[in-house]
Amino acid sequence: MATVDLRNVSKSFGSVEVLKDVSLSIEKGEFVAFVGPSGCGKSTLLRLIAGLEEISSGDLMIEGERVNDVLPAKRGVSMVFQSYALYPHMSVYENMAFGLEQAKLKKDEIARRIAEAAHMLQIEGLLERKPKALSGGQRQRVAIGRAITRQPRLFLFDEPLSNLDAALRGETRVEIARLHARLADTTMIYVTHDQVEAMTLADRIVVLNKGRVEQIGEPLELYENPASRFVAGFIGSPKMNFLTGDAARQHGAATLGVRPEDLTLSAEGGLWSGKIALTEALGSDTFVHVDTTLSDKSIVARVSPRERFRHGMPVYLTPAPERLHRFDEEGAPVRG
Amino acid sequence: MAPQSGLARQRTRSAWVFLAPMLFVLAAVALYPLLRTIWFGFTDASLTSFGSARFVGIRNYLEWLDYGDGNGEWLGLLVDGRWWSAVWNTVRFTLVSVTLETIFGMVIALVLNQKFPGRAVVRAAVLIPWAIPTVVSAKMWGWMLHDQFGIINDMLMRVGILSAPVAWTASPDTAMAAVMMVDIWKTTPFMALLILAGLQMIPDDIYEAARLDGVGPVRTFRRITLPLVLPAMLVAVVFRALDALRIFDIVYVLTPNSPETRTMSVFARENLFDYDKFAYGSAASTLLFLIIAMITIGFIYATRMDLSGTRE
Repeated sequence: MATVDLRNVSKSFGSVEVLKDVSLSIEKGEFVAFVGPSGCGKSTLLRLIAGLEEISSGDLMIEGERVNDVLPAKRGVSMVFQSYALYPHMSVYENMAFGLEQAKLKKDEIARRIAEAAHMLQIEGLLERKPKALSGGQRQRVAIGRAITRQPRLFLFDEPLSNLDAALRGETRVEIARLHARLADTTMIYVTHDQVEAMTLADRIVVLNKGRVEQIGEPLELYENPASRFVAGFIGSPKMNFLTGDAARQHGAATLGVRPEDLTLSAEGGLWSGKIALTEALGSDTFVHVDTTLSDKSIVARVSPRERFRHGMPVYLTPAPERLHRFDEEGAPVRG
Repeated sequence: MAPQSGLARQRTRSAWVFLAPMLFVLAAVALYPLLRTIWFGFTDASLTSFGSARFVGIRNYLEWLDYGDGNGEWLGLLVDGRWWSAVWNTVRFTLVSVTLETIFGMVIALVLNQKFPGRAVVRAAVLIPWAIPTVVSAKMWGWMLHDQFGIINDMLMRVGILSAPVAWTASPDTAMAAVMMVDIWKTTPFMALLILAGLQMIPDDIYEAARLDGVGPVRTFRRITLPLVLPAMLVAVVFRALDALRIFDIVYVLTPNSPETRTMSVFARENLFDYDKFAYGSAASTLLFLIIAMITIGFIYATRMDLSGTRE
């Protein structure tokens, strides 16, 4: 039995339908990421599950029980907000204790749970401080700690890393992964617009676009076999190259997609010819942007940093034939 | 202070240049009149003898009048029963009206902080009592509270609450209550607006976190809304208290010459202009200034209010 089951869930704000007919099953202990561009409805979907918004139609089941009309606090969910949402006038300890006191837990049980969470997140030294005396990363840990102490069946993260700087984001991402490993029985749902976070953290990814589910699958499955041109373009960094026109027609598609790592760059001889517009050397890889007559946009190819390609050089691009992604006019993949 | 660099000196200089006009105006319209009033309080000035006023020490505040037969009595503002009853009237008025304005203002602010259709119109409408000039609204209430022709007596008698008309503003039992009511009616919107501004500073997600924590509305208000809106509320209370301690216009229009509602400002004005005891009135004005300053400083200190603006 799935922990979370969404059956044909829709949500409208006034006349605007932000979620259309979303069906989804999440297993116990699974880590699922909702990704998609701004306005795709991913945060709304999370808020529906949390109970912060009402479901317009459809059923939401948590552990087999229909919870559409159950109060947020009774759903057994904890949420980590993008802005942390710590109570600014309470100390770290009080922030974590507030909900537990409300749940009528005994004082020593509250103290025990907080001590445990504080130890797990290494915030024992901060318990007496107010949120404003904490750094962004520390606030994030406290927010996670507050969520842990409630011992939820379901953990919800709403873009928890987007207010952190790049270095801290990477660090906290690893910590969330560790947390998931430690709380193996707790189901986690994680909303992000950053597909790297989704790829690295999630067991399965739900890609949303304009209020609809585009694809659900394991990270590499989405990467290898995108179910639509949208997913192909959204998953992967740098993005998949898309070609239309003759180059695509030759392969029997309206749009031809090829990932930067599936292109071979050579100085003489290849399928497509062009000129190097820009090179980005990241150390581990070099991304070469090539201007061609096939597309308005430069085609990006990944090459080894040992290869020396200079700006302005004429080059040839050759895709690996078995790694081409073909899409029809509607953006659906062409099979066979 | 560490020696300043040329750039910092330049910045300091231009800051003073920008501040100078305001400092000059403040000195001209606030500091000078204040100092002059304090000075007159130590003289025998009258309305007709500003120029020839002589220094008489603290005689206006306290003086021993010797009858020459070994007896005598204390005279002066500090032993004037009329003055102290005016002080008590003012303090009582301030305590009651500011307290009720804060409570009503909070209720209205909480309502206006909710999303509902037509909220913008209601917000503007609530402000109307505040926008009417006080003399106009006091006169309006004076007519409404009139013992013979007033609509309030008429309505209360029609529904049977009163059997005979009440002279609300003239009767010693109700005069102060009438003044308080008009002030509360007039200034609650101001409180509501200041508190509303404070409420809107509280981010929504904190309330959502509380909902997920299962905190009910009453406890959310007590443990989250109130502590977070308190700093804004205290500033509003100080503003209002400063205003209320100087209350003059409503009393002057609604209940003239009533000892029950005579406030410090009314007392000062009576002496300054009606009784031609200009020096005595100046002394009262000086004392009024000191009392307001002490109460305000005491309040700010007692509530540990942060006026430096360094709060995060």
